[in-house]
Amino acid sequence: MMAGMTTIVRTISRLLFPFMVLFGVCVVLHGHLTPGGGFQGGVIIAASFVMLWLAYSLEQSPIEFKLFRTEVLEAIGGLTLATVGLIGLVMGVGKFFGHVLPLGILGNLLSGGDLPLLNIGVGVEVAASIVLVFYAMLRKTGWDEK
Amino acid sequence: MRRVVPFVAVLVVGAILIFTVINYLPPFGSFPQRKLGAFENQSIGQRILENGPRETGATDVVTSVVWDYRGYDTMGECTILFTAVCGVLMLFLATRGQE
Amino acid sequence: MSLNYVVAMLLIALGLYCLLLKRNLIKMVIGLGVMTDGIHLFLISMGYREGGIAAIISGSMLENTAGFASAAVDPIPQALVLTSIVINICIVALALSMAIWIYRHYGTLDPSEIRRLHE
Repeated sequence: MMAGMTTIVRTISRLLFPFMVLFGVCVVLHGHLTPGGGFQGGVIIAASFVMLWLAYSLEQSPIEFKLFRTEVLEAIGGLTLATVGLIGLVMGVGKFFGHVLPLGILGNLLSGGDLPLLNIGVGVEVAASIVLVFYAMLRKTGWDEK
Repeated sequence: MRRVVPFVAVLVVGAILIFTVINYLPPFGSFPQRKLGAFENQSIGQRILENGPRETGATDVVTSVVWDYRGYDTMGECTILFTAVCGVLMLFLATRGQE
Repeated sequence: MSLNYVVAMLLIALGLYCLLLKRNLIKMVIGLGVMTDGIHLFLISMGYREGGIAAIISGSMLENTAGFASAAVDPIPQALVLTSIVINICIVALALSMAIWIYRHYGTLDPSEIRRLHE
């Protein structure tokens, strides 16, 4: 199956890639101040990697992809979520998702207790999941011959 | 002839749904004052809107509902996502070591 | 009689038509997605307040939380729909993977010709 697109598409996608990743990280980190959060920002980060795979083919993409590292990243994201919840139960607050960090002033970036940590964990997990699903489907139906 | 019966069933279900929605629901745009059975003017969304930013410290009320008031459901949903990705990888990449 | 509820019910009926009467597995999965979108639209429209603003405090409302609580829309159905969208992704991914696998074994995507287990 013929893979890859023309020169114009390849140049523009290589120029757009860092801005898309930056926008996704901004949506994840400001999850408690603006609409968005962990799930939405994770999908934006994954879409930037898939855009590079569709413009080039799987083998000639400028970003190197290792399967084992991405699987480990997905598992670390899920474990962060459960660990932050259990720390609230063990360390004296008493409930399962109890806040350990201070609440802070309304409207600052460092406010909200445990919420920014949970958003970062879920963002990493969702990005790794969507990238893995697209890699499995693209490789098995032959997107890597030129 | 075999395909007439499902087509008529879809038309009947659509007509019943549209008729119920026009006549038997509370009017559109009446958020806290609706009367469902015996309850009237008690809405948990109103209580979360009044006490949310003070108890949670986040200005986004929807994010505080997803992570703070209903955090257990979100953790279950992350488990579902992980299991589905495991299933897709098993269907496609399971014979990697045998080639 | 409002437009949101009627369009949501029309979307559910259209998705049901695609799910029952098409002879191709991929078209059935598309019908499932359309039906899910109709259900989400109905859930979000149940929590609307007349002349309300979004449920996010910003700018000049930081000191006036009592005025915010009497002018904002319901935040709970939006949280339910967030969870439901992620579960929809998982369902569609698994269904399409199984459709690719069936095509490789049987050579056809017609559900009335896939009757017995592959010998």
